[in-house]
Amino acid sequence: MGWKFSNDKPIFAQIIDQVELMIISGQYVLGDRLLSVRDMATEAGVNPNTMQKALTELEKKGLLLTNRTNGKFITDDQELVQQIRAEKAVKYIAQLLKNMHSLGYGKKEIQEIFNKQMEELGA
Amino acid sequence: MSILLETKGLEKKFGKTLALAGIDLQIESGKIVGLLGPNGSGKTTLIKLANGLLTPTKGEILVAGKQPGIESKRVVAYLPDKNYLNDWMKVADLVKFFADFYLDFQITAAEEMLDNLQIDKNSSLKALSKGTKEKVQLILVMSRKAELYLLDEPIAGVDPAARDYILNTILTNYNPEASVIISTHLIADVEQILDEVIFIKNGKITLHSTVDAIREEKNMSVDALFREEFKC
Repeated sequence: MGWKFSNDKPIFAQIIDQVELMIISGQYVLGDRLLSVRDMATEAGVNPNTMQKALTELEKKGLLLTNRTNGKFITDDQELVQQIRAEKAVKYIAQLLKNMHSLGYGKKEIQEIFNKQMEELGA
Repeated sequence: MSILLETKGLEKKFGKTLALAGIDLQIESGKIVGLLGPNGSGKTTLIKLANGLLTPTKGEILVAGKQPGIESKRVVAYLPDKNYLNDWMKVADLVKFFADFYLDFQITAAEEMLDNLQIDKNSSLKALSKGTKEKVQLILVMSRKAELYLLDEPIAGVDPAARDYILNTILTNYNPEASVIISTHLIADVEQILDEVIFIKNGKITLHSTVDAIREEKNMSVDALFREEFKC
């Protein structure tokens, strides 16, 4: 698993993002056991306290569960995963629109470009 | 959680030069802390005071609740900014020497790290390159099971790949009872593994915060903040 961190956001927030993505994209299988905090921190090359903080946040969201004796697990709640997927989609689109606005494109033009690109990509 | 390093109004003068101008600091256990500042800001002076190599002009410094001395040295693993080992000794001899000297030295850990970095144990220190010497020193320090690790410029002289390995070693060695203080100006390289950073300038602490808080509040990396704060 390749972790990558940028410079403008707290690292724990970036870990949350990346773990969410891995769950949504199926790289992390629902219901599977997670590596230990220490191993995950080493793998990502980050401080174990930072990793702990990120995983605790993910637990609060319900994406991770802790089993007292067996460590942390990925949720098997499909609905929750879909909900977070939808949230992410809205966030991405909002970011896309913001970028387009900053280029000076209006609503209609954006739609045109969007449709054209979709066609070209055969999507 | 206990306080591993504490200073109160710590001041150090060399003749008329004020190297540390009254420092108040507390470092808890379980933290990896970056001590960051430009050349001549007082980083090494602070580390030497914690090791009892210097005595304070004023104020107080406590290591694991004790004044620096034999008892504190038992729990502190110190990497100086200079090479202090005997050049004629072989790497394997140095490992034995350290194992004799420190009760908490783990020979297997040292040998594993030497192997991983492909350092010949039968080579004398004299025959090794500058960077490899630095690696040997750091391995000896990190092979101890100490409470406080004081690393003065641990990665300055080694290549990027070995740097990654060393930072990884610090992470794998992480122990909630212990703390690591790393003095460096290679901030971008260490930023990801740090909990807290201390900015030190002209013998004064100008900032003591967590990496996450800095990134959250300023929307920039610690490295970028440092460049801004210490712009020449």
